[in-house]
Amino acid sequence: MNKLLLWFNQTGSPARFDAFARRWSTPSFILAVILLAIGVFGALLSVPTDYKQGDSFRILYIHVPAAWMSLIIFVIMAVQSAIALIWRIKICELIAMASAPIGAVFTAITLISGAVWGKPTWGTWWTWDPRLTSELVLLFLYLGVIGLYSAIDDRRAAGRAAAFLAIIGVVNVPIVHFAVTWWNTLHQRSSELGVRDASANPPEIWIPAVFSGFGLIGLIFVIIILHTRNEILLRERRAQWVQELVQQELLLLQHLLQLKKLG
Amino acid sequence: MSAAIAALIQADALCFSRNAERIFGPLDFQLEAGEALMVKGDNGSGKTTLLRVLAGLLPPESGEIRLGGKPFSRDTFVQLAAYLGHRHGHKAELTVLQNLRFTASLHGAVSESHLETLIGECGLAGFEDTPAGKLSAGQNKRLSLARLQARPSALWLMDEPYANLDLTGIDWVNRLVQHHIAAGGGALISTHGAYAAPAVPVRVLEISRSAAHA
Amino acid sequence: MRELRALLARDIGLMWQKRSDAAQPMLFALMVCVMFPLAMGSEPARLAQSASAVIWVAHLLAGMLVLDNLYRSDFEDGSLEQLLLAPVPLPMVIASKVAVHWLTTALPLLVLTPLLAQLLFLPMNLLPVLMLSLLIGSLLMSLIGAVVAALTLGIRRSGLLLALMALPMYVPVLVFGAGSVWSAGQGLPWLGAIYLMCAGLVFLIVLAPWAAASALRLALS
Repeated sequence: MNKLLLWFNQTGSPARFDAFARRWSTPSFILAVILLAIGVFGALLSVPTDYKQGDSFRILYIHVPAAWMSLIIFVIMAVQSAIALIWRIKICELIAMASAPIGAVFTAITLISGAVWGKPTWGTWWTWDPRLTSELVLLFLYLGVIGLYSAIDDRRAAGRAAAFLAIIGVVNVPIVHFAVTWWNTLHQRSSELGVRDASANPPEIWIPAVFSGFGLIGLIFVIIILHTRNEILLRERRAQWVQELVQQELLLLQHLLQLKKLG
Repeated sequence: MSAAIAALIQADALCFSRNAERIFGPLDFQLEAGEALMVKGDNGSGKTTLLRVLAGLLPPESGEIRLGGKPFSRDTFVQLAAYLGHRHGHKAELTVLQNLRFTASLHGAVSESHLETLIGECGLAGFEDTPAGKLSAGQNKRLSLARLQARPSALWLMDEPYANLDLTGIDWVNRLVQHHIAAGGGALISTHGAYAAPAVPVRVLEISRSAAHA
Repeated sequence: MRELRALLARDIGLMWQKRSDAAQPMLFALMVCVMFPLAMGSEPARLAQSASAVIWVAHLLAGMLVLDNLYRSDFEDGSLEQLLLAPVPLPMVIASKVAVHWLTTALPLLVLTPLLAQLLFLPMNLLPVLMLSLLIGSLLMSLIGAVVAALTLGIRRSGLLLALMALPMYVPVLVFGAGSVWSAGQGLPWLGAIYLMCAGLVFLIVLAPWAAASALRLALS
């Protein structure tokens, strides 16, 4: 997905990105919803109940893809930020800043769904194991980027500062993970932390995961594209192509209203 | 391209916007050695922003700045020019002499006698050991102008140098500029126009929010 | 170099003028170390267990508290602008500031640490490890803080945002620093964590002033 965006950034101008967004957002959204529905349906109904964990493991079908997404989105944000800072491509900056809130939401979803899974499985909502702790720090990193972006008045300076922070943050993520893993082995947590990978399981277990994973990817793609499009339209609102677009939409609306009156 | 000596500073199609609002531009102008360029405009017309862009503190949205014919670079600017900003640029906790000495030491070996002379010329004699925070606004301006002269530079970028000065002070600034220009330097001065200009060859750049004409 | 000496002399002179401010982090750390026994009960064995962690957190928070002072004054009176336009490399300016900032905020805290250790009944054999980890850790935190503080420079009342941004960056420092003391307490090898921190320090001494300079230029434009 990132390669596609990368290619597009090199050729894109705000107007072309808008055309891209208008063309691809609805079909992508429909596809994403279908994939996600198949995944969730499979997770809830077709996958047999686990003998050890009962039905509570089903939330892993959301939790695991969400965890991956929270990390991937941060990397996307950092890569787009780097491109924006080095090559001064404004769209990359907008995409990076649009990704931040979505990444934060997915990090929250990971933490919450993890807690929901953890309660019946470990008996507790929270433990300080390396993955959860790193995920929590990741949430703070996202909040820092979002906070910095919204705190600076000048939008251009805000984008650059937040992009800089995103790049520092992405370097910090593996360091934090390494540090917390070391800290965890040091403090010798005794409880085994549950099985999460589905590699040894028969296909009917991990196929819904694949579907929900791709569904989430599609959903994120749509949200980022639309969020960026909104920001572009807002910033370029005085440009001619935006005015023409608005005129077209108004005409369309008028026609629809007239048809409604007649019909 | 003419073989004449390149202008001290030259702007080509220089634009700057903030939050999608055009502050100034496109501007085309140049300043040769031995003349002054007065940037005139009302409050909020973008004069300070223009000077900051010319000093390299703000990146322009589009357009080019050339220093002595060469493309703008921080090193070239630092060697060539000195900037008098809106704010004092020196520490309130340090004395007049300490502030001046610090600026001088960043640019080369410091000669105490030179500093003393400079303080005297700027009308701050007797205030050498006064912390800058205890000086009046006009005296602080004099200190800033003293710091401007702490080392030789061909181009002076001065943002509202007349602000906070009394008539004697304004006269003194004009004489300073005349001296500098007579010695072959150039000065780019922003002002909101109510002051008498120095008696030197002067170009005027008028700047206002929606358009600028030179 | 002459310019570096001039920068250091200026920064030290300025800090000396505001030397009463240097007491601020010390007082804060002392308060934190007083609050904990009041909250946890004064049983020496229990306090001894958490002593190194409490002292580490006190250092971290006190450091965060004064981070804003690093550039604020120079930014507000326009000196930072002038330094940007001076023939000195901006990383050198920042290195000077960070050095003086550390000397005046973290070093007094380090000197105070044995007293704090006594208050919290830290086993005395752990004090050298604690001091070493804090020495390296405080340098690391000052360097990281220099970069983060540069990003928030243009923002008024940025204290909470600054803390939010600095926290994830401080986590590895805290984990390895406090972790090394805990390891030593358990009789486990602790030098590895210290070495890692030293490696990080070498890396950051070179990288942080440069990164902070870029951040500062971004923030000032």
